[in-house]
Amino acid sequence: MGGFLTLLYKELLRFWKVSFQTVAAPILTTLLYLLIFSHVLAEHVQVYEGVKYTAFLVPGLAMMAMLQNAFANSSSSLIQSKITGNIIFILLPPISYVEFFAAYVLAATFRGVVVGLGIFLVALLFVSVPVNYPVWILLFALLGSGLLATLGIIAGIWAEKFDQLAAFQNFIILPLSFLSGVFYSIHSLPNFWQHLSRFNPFFYMIDGFRFGFFGVSDVSPFTSIAVVCGCFLFLSLLTLHLLRTGYKLRN
Amino acid sequence: MVPAIQISQVHKRFGAVHALRGIDLEIQQGQFFALLGPNGAGKTTLINILAGLSRADTGAICVMGFDVTKQYRQARRAVGVVPQELVFDPFFTVREALRFQSGYFGLAKNDQWIDEIIHHLDLGEKANTNMRALSGGMKRRVLVAQALVHKPQVIVLDEPTAGVDVSLRQGLWQFIRKLNEEGHTIVLTTHYLDEAEALCKQIAMLKQGIIVALDTTANLLNRFSGRSLTLRLEPAQLPESLHRLLTHQEKELFTLSIADFSELEKVMVELRLAKVQILEMELNQPDLEEVFVKIMSKQ
Ligand SMILES: Nc1ncnc2c1ncn2[C@@H]1O[C@H](COP(=O)(O)OP(=O)(O)O)[C@@H](O)[C@H]1O
Ligand SMILES: [Mg+2]
Repeated sequence: MGGFLTLLYKELLRFWKVSFQTVAAPILTTLLYLLIFSHVLAEHVQVYEGVKYTAFLVPGLAMMAMLQNAFANSSSSLIQSKITGNIIFILLPPISYVEFFAAYVLAATFRGVVVGLGIFLVALLFVSVPVNYPVWILLFALLGSGLLATLGIIAGIWAEKFDQLAAFQNFIILPLSFLSGVFYSIHSLPNFWQHLSRFNPFFYMIDGFRFGFFGVSDVSPFTSIAVVCGCFLFLSLLTLHLLRTGYKLRN
Repeated sequence: MVPAIQISQVHKRFGAVHALRGIDLEIQQGQFFALLGPNGAGKTTLINILAGLSRADTGAICVMGFDVTKQYRQARRAVGVVPQELVFDPFFTVREALRFQSGYFGLAKNDQWIDEIIHHLDLGEKANTNMRALSGGMKRRVLVAQALVHKPQVIVLDEPTAGVDVSLRQGLWQFIRKLNEEGHTIVLTTHYLDEAEALCKQIAMLKQGIIVALDTTANLLNRFSGRSLTLRLEPAQLPESLHRLLTHQEKELFTLSIADFSELEKVMVELRLAKVQILEMELNQPDLEEVFVKIMSKQ
């Protein structure tokens, strides 16, 4: 087993050993959102023709949870190792910066996807959700989680304290994911907010993901995938650059 | 034979602090080498650069001929570092920590060597204990074990015996000595100078980021710290001819500095001629502490 596989295995084990907190808890939280919002709003809102509001909510909520958990996984793993100092155990061996990057992204993506799948399966107990284009679903699930996993690495490298990481999460990740059309279609927004949403990459992740289920979306899934891929590429290159130069990790 | 460690013109700054100011150092394979210096001299900074945990501003370090940044894979395989800080991963037991550390070096079937390290470092009883539950001394042993999982040719120990009890110290040095006899190059930093004196053949002293002394232990001891002789005399009077050797007097106790044993002979003769009787005599061996203090106060 090479250094990369060991690191990947360790990162997977790290969240899997506490899967009650890292997988079960976000699934439960998301289901509570689903039950409460659908109960309150189901009678009043119809976003797409022939799609029940409760069903409409499922992909958006699932995606939001995937993104948040992918981010949480890589960022918290890194900051914990940094603060306890045991990050040296992976900095001393001959693991390349690309392997380092890949291991953290893959493990965090995996957690994101497991959480998303869990939400989807449990939601099916309450509401039926069509699956029109599974390939789009998978593509957006993987790319979205990967993107946030990458962002998590950046945050984990940059932050020196837990509260800096919490700030990153509360002031960037959370607003962007809430304002991305999880609970509504952006077409229902006033013009100004509609335009603003188009600058939010999270919007494209959720819109494209939802397209895979319902076959309808606010923008073309090709546009969405292009935006998501572009962002992923940009952040990956940035992260690889940070890792290669040893920014903050090998100061 | 390529040197185990070759350091050339290494500079490192932390903001206004110039932690390393042009370090040049070559350590040959098979050496048992001490890097000494007061706190803040730059020892850990130098080790971190050597291990790839930090980068030099300018200059280069090669381990077994491999540049630590350009050929980092080979360089890191060649070196095992025991860090100064007592760090551990609370996620693992001792054995798991060693298995994962092996895995990071790409060594899958390493259990035989891991067992051997566990045995030599006396970790057997704690092998399946979580890292969190270990005492400080035990954690230190695991750090040593982790540094050795990939059988590195060069072993660097940054204050490995700080806060460690005597029996562990002895056990640790016995094991490290064995590794040195098998051909591993050992570099250590310590504040216990008697330890360095007993173990290391070569010594570099670092002060404020500069190497201020570099020699064999024997040469340093001879050059900076002659032997001294303390005598209690009756009558309490030193013959005129011996005054040039006197370094210290306290009542009837006279301390003379002598260069070597032939001078001892001369002192005896002079005393006999002067009919002075020796009531007590003590010959003091040179010691590294004295050398260290002298060198550090010189610059
Ligand atoms: N990460 C850092 N940031 C700022 N200053 C540092 C850092 N690491 C070391 N220093 C400074 O560099 C100098 C050398 O430190 P160090 O290498 O730890 O010394 P030693 O190990 O010999 O006690 C000290 O003045 C220390 O304060
Ligand atoms: Mg130090």
